[in-house]
Amino acid sequence: MILFILAAILIAVSLISLCVGAAGISLRRIPHIIWEGKGSGEYSILFDIRLPRIILGFAIGGALSLAGTILQGIFRNPLVEPYTLGISGGASLGVCLNIAFKWYDAVGIIAYPISGFLGAALVIVFVYSLSMKTGTLKTQGILLTGVMISFISSSLVMLIMALSRSEDLHGIVFWIMGSLDEPNMLLIRVAVIGALAGLILSYFFCLDLNALALGEEEAIHLGINVEKTKRMLFIIASFLTGLSVSVAGIIGFVGLIIPHLMRMFTGTDHRILFISAFLAGSSFLILCDTLARTVIEPFELPVGVITGIIGGAVFVYALSKKQVTL
Amino acid sequence: MKKALLSVEDLSCGYGKELILHDMDFKVYRGELMCIIGPNGSGKSTLLRTISRILKPRRGKILLDGKNIDRMRHKEFAQKIAVVSQTLESTGMTVQEYILLGRLPYFRKYQFFETDNDENIVQKYMELTDALKLKTTMMSEISGGERQLASIARALTQEPALLLLDEPTSHLDITHQVQILELIKRLNRELGLTVLMVLHDLNLASEYSSRLLLLNNGSIHKIGRPEEVITYRIIEEVYETVVLVEKNPLSGKPCVFLATEEEMREGKTV
Repeated sequence: MILFILAAILIAVSLISLCVGAAGISLRRIPHIIWEGKGSGEYSILFDIRLPRIILGFAIGGALSLAGTILQGIFRNPLVEPYTLGISGGASLGVCLNIAFKWYDAVGIIAYPISGFLGAALVIVFVYSLSMKTGTLKTQGILLTGVMISFISSSLVMLIMALSRSEDLHGIVFWIMGSLDEPNMLLIRVAVIGALAGLILSYFFCLDLNALALGEEEAIHLGINVEKTKRMLFIIASFLTGLSVSVAGIIGFVGLIIPHLMRMFTGTDHRILFISAFLAGSSFLILCDTLARTVIEPFELPVGVITGIIGGAVFVYALSKKQVTL
Repeated sequence: MKKALLSVEDLSCGYGKELILHDMDFKVYRGELMCIIGPNGSGKSTLLRTISRILKPRRGKILLDGKNIDRMRHKEFAQKIAVVSQTLESTGMTVQEYILLGRLPYFRKYQFFETDNDENIVQKYMELTDALKLKTTMMSEISGGERQLASIARALTQEPALLLLDEPTSHLDITHQVQILELIKRLNRELGLTVLMVLHDLNLASEYSSRLLLLNNGSIHKIGRPEEVITYRIIEEVYETVVLVEKNPLSGKPCVFLATEEEMREGKTV
């Protein structure tokens, strides 16, 4: 039931986003435009400019939200997500290195997501082994580590920027701003396929995550291969984050707010939560992107600014509440 | 000849470099209710954690029905041994959702949803443990006693051959202590479930178990029926406390009373 509502919201938001913009197009004109076919200016605005952004928003929003849900499940902590754990930072460092060393020349455009994935995976392994070393998964400790890793990686990104030649610099700056404006259709396709693959793969572990909510020992008692589950989910979460960051830059907090809201609406069962978080994340990012390109028309804000403002506020609110259960 | 369900053979284990349990050898027979007792730090919980596969044995092996538990697959193990531990974390799921997780070991690969059979089994054990009234309550909102009931119901839905419990009555008042232990006794008698549990209360252990396993400093000090294990000589030796052991007039089981040396001297002269 709730999934149908979320799907309906997603479609509605997509339609709104399709219509709103510098050139307003009313809903009723859309069939006309399709009927008239290629060639008109409006057709090109709809299908060459706005639709790819919406599709990318669907993939990235869903991927980030899903990555957040997975990480929160493993860490049993409702405040972790790719951004707060520093995983996005690691991914961005990976992508920057890729631009600076021109790996994409050797491997092709696919070098972006791969370098993002490697950066993300490295940070996840580091944060997790650090938090296991101290024995318990304390909220503050993990968050502080995440903040520090973000800080270190953004410093290293700046170092790379300072050392790189001007044409690389342009590439990095352009990409770091973070937006859904991606001209490369291949990357958009990779993002959509990757995000959906991530959803399907992670779904095989949804019951394991339900059991993990009780604690790792309890999950072992229930016959879950905890080590294997964690390993697979970490890989999937790094993959989703690396993919998002490499295509759309750093977009923070989507993975925090959306799973949080969805737990309130759909409960803690990951069998529903995974899908609902994905759909809601998609809608949320498409909406934020629509806002980003319309609030100060004809200029455009980076979409990360919008999610940052909304997400930051929700984050502070969640921290100030006494206890949030998974 | 009684048949052993669980045999622990030459078992040593511990954390890091330190060995906590040394050279343990004992058997748990089918259908019995055995309690592990011993002073703090004697290795009771460590033993239970090793049998429940949280800790790996350093040496020796643990056999269930003749099969080494280390060789079992995760799900197979969870179908045979269920654990009621103290580590359960508070979650936002309902009691029923929690108890349903006990069916996970029986889920086939790529099965995501429970069958009617699973639902029936959950219903049955919720009735049996009196947890039915908690069905839609959140796990984060129930009391300590109710949590133990839910935990036991979840363990039963695993339909295990052996039930392990780690201090199921700690932090409970006497009403709930008795309620939980009576339930465990009933499960043992009526379902024939084999039970191995850690209890620190000697009198409760003596009252409810068919045999006792007394640990001291990581090895077995004495194993046997309550009247063989709970004698003033053994208890004083292990716990280094002066006690008086009498028969409980109702059950005939040994019962431990605390006594200071002064009281003992005066008592003897009266």
